[in-house]
Amino acid sequence: MTEPARQLADGAAETVLIVPGMHCAGCMAKVERGLVAVPGVSGARVNLTARQVAVRHEPGMGPLALIEALGAIGFPAQPRNDDIAPPPSAARPLLAPLAVAGFAAMNVMLLSVSIWSGATGATRELFHWLSALIGVPAILYAGRVFFASAWSVLKHGRTNMDVPISIGVLLATTLSLYETFTGGADAWFDGTLMLLLFLLAGRTLDAAMRDKARAGVDALLRQAAPGALVVGKNGTVEWIAARDLVPGLVMRVAAGERLAADGEITSGTSRFDNSLLTGESAPVAATAGDPVHAGTLNLEAPVDVKVTAAGQGTTLAEIARLMGAAGQVRSRYVRIADRASRLYAPAVHTLAALSFAGWMLAGAGLHQSLVIAIAVLIITCPCALGLAVPVAQVVACGALMRSGIMVKDGSALERLAKVDRALLDKTGTLTMGRPLPDPAVLDGLGADEAGVALALASHSRHPLSRALVEALTARGIAAAELAEVEEEAGQGVRGLWNGTAVALRRPHLAAGMATTLDIAGRAAWLIPFADRLRPDAAEALAELGKLGVTASILSGDNAAAVAETARATGLTAQAAAAPAEKQDAIARLQQAGYTVLMAGDGLNDGPALSAANASVAPGSASDVGRQAADCVFLGDSLLAIPRVVRASRRTIAVVKENFALAIGYNVLAVPLAMAGRVTPLIAAAAMSISSVIVIANSLRLVRAAR
Amino acid sequence: MTGLAVLIPIALGMGLFGLAAFFWALRSGQFDDCEGAAARILIDEEGDTLP
Repeated sequence: MTEPARQLADGAAETVLIVPGMHCAGCMAKVERGLVAVPGVSGARVNLTARQVAVRHEPGMGPLALIEALGAIGFPAQPRNDDIAPPPSAARPLLAPLAVAGFAAMNVMLLSVSIWSGATGATRELFHWLSALIGVPAILYAGRVFFASAWSVLKHGRTNMDVPISIGVLLATTLSLYETFTGGADAWFDGTLMLLLFLLAGRTLDAAMRDKARAGVDALLRQAAPGALVVGKNGTVEWIAARDLVPGLVMRVAAGERLAADGEITSGTSRFDNSLLTGESAPVAATAGDPVHAGTLNLEAPVDVKVTAAGQGTTLAEIARLMGAAGQVRSRYVRIADRASRLYAPAVHTLAALSFAGWMLAGAGLHQSLVIAIAVLIITCPCALGLAVPVAQVVACGALMRSGIMVKDGSALERLAKVDRALLDKTGTLTMGRPLPDPAVLDGLGADEAGVALALASHSRHPLSRALVEALTARGIAAAELAEVEEEAGQGVRGLWNGTAVALRRPHLAAGMATTLDIAGRAAWLIPFADRLRPDAAEALAELGKLGVTASILSGDNAAAVAETARATGLTAQAAAAPAEKQDAIARLQQAGYTVLMAGDGLNDGPALSAANASVAPGSASDVGRQAADCVFLGDSLLAIPRVVRASRRTIAVVKENFALAIGYNVLAVPLAMAGRVTPLIAAAAMSISSVIVIANSLRLVRAAR
Repeated sequence: MTGLAVLIPIALGMGLFGLAAFFWALRSGQFDDCEGAAARILIDEEGDTLP
């Protein structure tokens, strides 16, 4: 295990722990105070955005004491694994240029207003010089973002929106400097800086949205501890991270835990839920000598597993390899703003060149012709166009996030808007992906019996018990008071209720998943458990149909189980599909001209999720599923899928309106510029008005997620 | 016009002061945890001693 403590300059050490359970000010205070109370700790500072706490302590301390202290106050923690450390923020590097552009634009505008109000002679020259003094360094500093991006695509012989922006900005600055030196009437520093300010604002919003969605997904990823308790030679137990597991180690896997590596059972008997790995819904029994796979969930009893393969050798690594090969469809996708600029840049540059040639032919002289050509470039600089896409996407993503759908970036929204074919995984996507107690049996239980069942189940961490607690709590049942409760691993929970022996135990006849509720002197209840369709699956599929998206099932489960779901939902289905076959199915549909949306949760869906044009995963999905998907929805409702498709279509509609508005403004302004009638005042007014109109239009998307 | 000689440096100075303050805030990590900063104001520092 790597040593996560970092030495600080003053002799103390710092350890960063991940605490996924922190949500509010109360949690922050508890964590910070709880850590400071540990001897040897001199300080603790929570970062709530990253769900981390940085602890300053004496150099000799290990992370285990800190993790135990946090565990004692109810916050499970783990040392930060650098593999899953959050990526650097995309918005932060833009904040400084934005601030500089804002400062300079405001001050230069102040000077420009004086000039427009009629300042002449020496005053005007002084003001031009002051504007240049503020404007030129500010333009060079704030414009770096665009110059760097434009240069990097130009080197490869391509173009994007930043190319016309950079050319316009640089030419306008040069012309303004020339006018300042020669004492000319007009300088364009104010317009140029305002353009940079608006564009940087759009870009910062876009980056901030991506950061926020990533932070949400990362917080989910960190909840799954990638590691295992390893039994040492002399019986000691130690937690080891998944990447440090090596063949030969023995992992102790409690009921309700996921395996961190492939292995072979050395002692114990249990059943395993393979649904994340293969899509199979029926649990598989395994005993000493049987192989078990990383990513499967131990359902019943603790087992010891000897690691046979870890890292590169596992089934997981094979799936990761398939995923690496997929994803070409998405990397080939060209964002709508870049497609627009491919048409826009040549048109604008041709217009500027034509005005220059026209005025030269009309005998206007080199200087005047150049001024007019540059005025055309400035007036057409895609100010509103630069805001048209990011503002609409930020507003839509914010609306979706409030309704529990996290979209990873703007291009995902653009791709989602085009889907006309949906493939849905069965286990965990159409269904809840976890065993739920039979509601008919729960209805039959008396109130006191239900109370006993809830009280017994609440003493166990077994997946079936936890499902029972959830279902009974949702029905508003109050737990009965029990005495002498004890849990026997793999057998069940026993206790005394008003002196009567009660037990929640595994049934004698183990047919499927079930638990038996025994109350001495009464008939025993058998509560069967099964995976069920999500509550509003039918409604969600009907809505998808209304949106013109044909849905079908693509599952790795066996044909019989899939046929049952297909009947219940009325969809066509493909069963027993391996990860590579899922990818093939998507490739076939893509070749037939469909734009495919994949919804899935499992490890086995990872390759399909990255191969599809767009993808969705539920928040309960595997790490791989959540990482591969374009958006992740929280909660149990499948209605999130039609909702995100509808919202993305509305977003694209608004983006197109924004383009129409921005281009409409150009149609009005360009003839003025070509006629040589545009002054810096007109340019500044036109630019602000068109930007405000585009932002106002985008704000209509606030309710897009309804 | 002599008023300008006073007013312009004052206006620029105040703007630059604001800009410098923002850069200082950015450097000292005040934008690292906006969510936490919003929640931190609700922490009750004396809460432990009260009943």
